[in-house]
Amino acid sequence: MIEVRDLKKSFGPQSILDGVSFQIEHGESVVIIGRSGGGKSVLLKHIIGLLQPDSGSVLIDDENIVGMNERQLLRVRQKFGMVFQGAALFDSMTVAENVAFAFRRQKNMTEGEIAKRVAFALEMVDLPGTQNKNPAELSGGMRKRVGLARAIIYEPQIVLYDEPTTGLDPIVSDSIDKLIIRVRDHLKVTSVVVTHDMRSARRVGNHVLMLHNKKIYANCTPESLFASTDPIVRQFIDGVADPMEVELELF
Amino acid sequence: MNFFGSKWIADWLGGLGQITSLTRDAIASCLTFKVAWRDLLYQIYFIGIKSQSVVLVTGAFTGMVLAAQTYYQFHKIKMDTGTLAVVSVSMCSELGPVLTALMVAGRVGAAIAAEIGTMRVTEQIDALRTLATHPVDYLVVPRLIAANIALPLLTIEAMFIGIAASYFVGVGLLGIEPTYAWWNMLKYSHVADVEIGLVKSVVYGGIIALIGCYKGLTCKVGAEGVGRATTEAVVYASITILISNFFLTVTLEHLCVLLDL
Repeated sequence: MIEVRDLKKSFGPQSILDGVSFQIEHGESVVIIGRSGGGKSVLLKHIIGLLQPDSGSVLIDDENIVGMNERQLLRVRQKFGMVFQGAALFDSMTVAENVAFAFRRQKNMTEGEIAKRVAFALEMVDLPGTQNKNPAELSGGMRKRVGLARAIIYEPQIVLYDEPTTGLDPIVSDSIDKLIIRVRDHLKVTSVVVTHDMRSARRVGNHVLMLHNKKIYANCTPESLFASTDPIVRQFIDGVADPMEVELELF
Repeated sequence: MNFFGSKWIADWLGGLGQITSLTRDAIASCLTFKVAWRDLLYQIYFIGIKSQSVVLVTGAFTGMVLAAQTYYQFHKIKMDTGTLAVVSVSMCSELGPVLTALMVAGRVGAAIAAEIGTMRVTEQIDALRTLATHPVDYLVVPRLIAANIALPLLTIEAMFIGIAASYFVGVGLLGIEPTYAWWNMLKYSHVADVEIGLVKSVVYGGIIALIGCYKGLTCKVGAEGVGRATTEAVVYASITILISNFFLTVTLEHLCVLLDL
């Protein structure tokens, strides 16, 4: 279970998160939405301990990770897999080396076992036979799939996705959404997806958190979010730049 | 003025604290002996083997010019045969380690900062951390150990080639009498000079690796950030080498006198 309590974070004079609190149960698939620059990725990085908050707490299975040093966090991060916005593949390694990275560091598996697990993970993300390619030879969508394979290969309990469909065409975005659902259902993982793609949010989430003005503005199911008449929620869902247009539509 | 001055001092002290913390983490990680041999061997290849041409050229021409310059001054007081002794002592205790370190700082320090800096701006370091890998274990420790192994070996090469080149210039071109030149060189050069040079080279290896890694790990976002980190890695490493050289020379020479080496 993930629990965030009264999280506050500023970068210099700029406040990004100001009292964010929520809870994610095991096995849930939660989508975090909000405007660009609104602190969604910052919030995600707090959940895995890549950033430390100014105040507040982040509990992973009732263990507060705020204030832990990097070595203590490494142990907690074994529960996580993370897919980055730009995939963040190691460009000096092949696809297979990227996917097998965690296993090679642990040194408790034979090369044959690692190769089998890599093949299975690549199969899972619909990229069989790409083991020997370099990240530079892959398209944006393929890179994200490899990033996902790398995140799920050691079967984490929680998978975090940082804008998995940003910059991809609708067809590739659809395939990534299906992959997220497949991983969630097959591996029974808790998924936390940061996105501003509303179609993706509706498909992959069974719970939605909306960040607005540095706080959680909405915490509900996708159905109730999409049925909402709140002007701020509607403005975001309908993608309207001028809030007056939303108010005119509602009245 | 006061504001900018105090900010600069605060930034400088902050940086000093961070690099001290990085050094502590790296040494603690080294003591766990968890370094990946493959990464270590690659770094030894990259820092040691690939820097040889630069170090050999630098060592050879420094030895040659030092021999020529010393000869022209010593010739005035009829001390031609002392030329190789001066070159030998200089190459072993000062020029060999310092020039090797400066050349490696330019080549390797820049490459380390650029590589790690690019990894930082493309979130590859965050990816490492999410894969339960400490960036110090994976990125800093192999480079630090490799630099500590490669620098002394490169320094020995620079000493050897510098003295050999000075012999060629002094005896072959300037006509110094070889037997006396050789005898004087052996008389005035001591094992302690080589030891001082090697101790210095180990320290310089640490400086180059740690400053390069630190600049890469703290690099600011964007191409400009990587460029700046690369430049600063070379400049700071070179300045630190030159400043520490003075203190190392004084300390090690005193130590040699105390221990009667």
